[in-house]
Amino acid sequence: MKFALLRCCPTPTVLKQYELSSNAVLQKLGIEAVDIKEFNCCGYPIKNFNFKAYVLASARNLALSERENLNLLTVCNCCYGSLKHVDHLMKDETSLRKEINSTLEKEGLQYEGDIEPKHFLQVLYDDIGIETIQDMVVNTFDGLKIATHYGCHLLRPREIVQFDNPFSPTKLDQLVEVTGAKSVDWLTKLECCGSPLWGVNDELSLDLTENKLKNAKQAGADYLCVVCTYCQLQFDRVQHILLSQRSPEYQLPSILYTQLLGLSLGIDGETLGLAENQVSISEIEGFLLHKEAS
Amino acid sequence: MFYYYALYISLAIFGIGLIYKVSTWFRYTIGTDAEDISTSARVLAALKGIILTLLSSKILTLLKVFVLDVLLQIKVLRQDFLKWAMHMCIYLGFMLLLLFHALDNIITPALFEDYYSSVNPFLFLRDLFGVVIVLGVAIAVYRRFILKVPRHITSAMDIYAIIILAIIMISGFLHKGTKITSYTRYQDMVEEYTIEADEDELRTLESYWVAKFGVVSPNLKGPFDAETLELGEEAHDACVDCHSRPQWGFTSYAAAKITKPMALGLDKVDASTILWYIHFLACFLGLAYLPFSKFFHMFTSPLSLLANAVMDPEKSDPANIATRQVLELDACMHCGTCSVQCRVGVIFQQIPNFNILPSEKIPSIKKLARGKKISAQEIRDIQEGMYLCTNCYNCTVACPAGINLQDLWFNVRESLFQKGIPEFLMLSPLSVYRGLMKETLDQANYPIPINRTLESVAGNGDLLALQDRTLPLEPGDYSLLSSLNLAVQSSTFSHCFSCVTCSNACPVVSNYSNPQEVVGLLPHQIMHATGMRLWDLVFSAKMLWDCLGCYQCQEHCPQGVCVADVLYELKNVAITRAIEKMST
Repeated sequence: MKFALLRCCPTPTVLKQYELSSNAVLQKLGIEAVDIKEFNCCGYPIKNFNFKAYVLASARNLALSERENLNLLTVCNCCYGSLKHVDHLMKDETSLRKEINSTLEKEGLQYEGDIEPKHFLQVLYDDIGIETIQDMVVNTFDGLKIATHYGCHLLRPREIVQFDNPFSPTKLDQLVEVTGAKSVDWLTKLECCGSPLWGVNDELSLDLTENKLKNAKQAGADYLCVVCTYCQLQFDRVQHILLSQRSPEYQLPSILYTQLLGLSLGIDGETLGLAENQVSISEIEGFLLHKEAS
Repeated sequence: MFYYYALYISLAIFGIGLIYKVSTWFRYTIGTDAEDISTSARVLAALKGIILTLLSSKILTLLKVFVLDVLLQIKVLRQDFLKWAMHMCIYLGFMLLLLFHALDNIITPALFEDYYSSVNPFLFLRDLFGVVIVLGVAIAVYRRFILKVPRHITSAMDIYAIIILAIIMISGFLHKGTKITSYTRYQDMVEEYTIEADEDELRTLESYWVAKFGVVSPNLKGPFDAETLELGEEAHDACVDCHSRPQWGFTSYAAAKITKPMALGLDKVDASTILWYIHFLACFLGLAYLPFSKFFHMFTSPLSLLANAVMDPEKSDPANIATRQVLELDACMHCGTCSVQCRVGVIFQQIPNFNILPSEKIPSIKKLARGKKISAQEIRDIQEGMYLCTNCYNCTVACPAGINLQDLWFNVRESLFQKGIPEFLMLSPLSVYRGLMKETLDQANYPIPINRTLESVAGNGDLLALQDRTLPLEPGDYSLLSSLNLAVQSSTFSHCFSCVTCSNACPVVSNYSNPQEVVGLLPHQIMHATGMRLWDLVFSAKMLWDCLGCYQCQEHCPQGVCVADVLYELKNVAITRAIEKMST
């Protein structure tokens, strides 16, 4: 399996562990990830400001992938949501497609819609399959309770992202349980992490994050598990601020799914960048049961 | 005499320019942190820092960076071979010509005892080095004007640099070319160096020079018989020590061949001397202009590379960071690598604000640092460009001069906010990074620009506080509806029958016990007000800016209203309106 991998802008600087762990897991699963040097921001951050610029940004990434004849892989929900949305618009809205393609043409690019943007989770669940992953697991977690957080743009709007049932999704839960961990049911599982308002309305953003941490804790979770750059920034870096300024009692570390899966595939914690997390997740290795060599 | 006057004047201008430029590194400030540090404190901190670094083990780092990044330009080589080749050609050719040709009365004779400019290998090498520069300039022109890399902007400064280099090179070759063909020069040499010669001897010598050395004589024309040439060669014995065959200076010889039909006329007007004047005056002009031109990077880029290699943002003296940031502005040679690598560079094609591109931010920051008067519109553009950045660090990683561009943007952004101009991009996830850096910022100043922007776009909420307000019978501007970007999604608001499902599903609404007081209008009310074109109500709702874009509203709507998409489009319109209002 070969994909063009769109790395999310914040990962090289403030979320290195996502790059480290996704690289390691992709390699372990035999997925070839091609880096296209010209890739740009997915456009998500300026959707509020200038819709066409948002469309252009994602369309350019799609066009670059299409030029290489590769499906576009992302590990971030915001990138995924934007790419799926723009892919949909470029197919459905003729005049918009013409306008955007005429801008892209200045660089010799255009998007015809012949490739598919894919979230990493989709590749795991739909292309590789739970059973194959199950077979590859070497270490299982014992007694680990995880609160899964899907993130908005993996689920909604359903007719565009088409990943899972937006009201009762199970794919991430199944993928978490492959590792031996137990996925707990919790109240605000499908709500937003609060990240889009961080830096804009910090109090509201913290309210939403705090509420989620509280609910997950009440459901007995030991960790949150996340599949998106911005969600993880919120649940890790912003939680770190939240704990020091507001409510230390709601501490609930958040682990990236790539880190969780990586551990059970036998990848060591250093390669997965466990130490990079600000709200420490180092104790998670204590839940690991190493399979007897048979 | 004139030569020396010109040289000394240009050297003096160069010296004054250099002192002036270096002084700005300590006088100018970028960002708010540097404002309180005095110039003298910065000079002392720099001296102390330099001495301590040179005495520590960091000197090894400096040596490594000097060899790999400054001399060999490994970083550029990894990015783009053509660019590396361009730079190496100009830089190597330039240095070699400067040392062995321009300074050939100082350096060359000291190294080579038998140095004589018209003898090989010196004759050949001078032309070779010149050709190397020409090749570099040709690649530069090809990259800038023919290859047309997207978002690679060419500024006046780049063109001046190319023009000055081109004049120096072309006048040099033509000067040598016309000197080869010049009969007057030939006669001068004969007068000066042949002591005993009869007319026959002189005629054979002249024939020999016409045939073999490219001289164009008004009296003699080839072909010559073998005997004449043989005798000529004998007479030439006196010259052979000082003159290799001009063919070795292959470009000058080519210039001589090209100008040959006009050679006698050119000799009459003494073109060779005129070209020599043009050649050295262009060199001197380049020298005088150097501290103000992009050539200045030959000093500043290495300094920036070295400084950044040993400085640590956490531990270094803030005074030195302040100085380094101003130095970095001069270290930028406008190569455009950052703009090509910029992850939001593509947005420039939709929002034509040059300040979005990192390479174009630098000249704007220079203007700000100089304290020049800048129009409000220009400040708005700079601020927007500075904020339209995902802080991915691509520019900083790519910069061949090692400039910490990301830190520059961050500092400039924060100091621009003090000018009191709203920044609408703040109301987007681009602010996540600023939020993450919150603890490094002044806590009292942190929320001011956000609140100012909110108020500018949504007003102070007075309108929504008026409970007994009478609705106007005439609805608002109809054209606003059609200015929404995507007809299909944005028209769905008309399907809303105010069942309140969207507002019930909204996590922001449910966060408050008194949501209306906080957010103004709830999502379903916004849909309804949009249908009624009550624009002043819609755009004064803080809900628009507290919307997460989480799509819960849209997912739950039983009527298929694309609530979140409509909100996104309303936000776009609100910002456009606010920008228009500010511009008038």
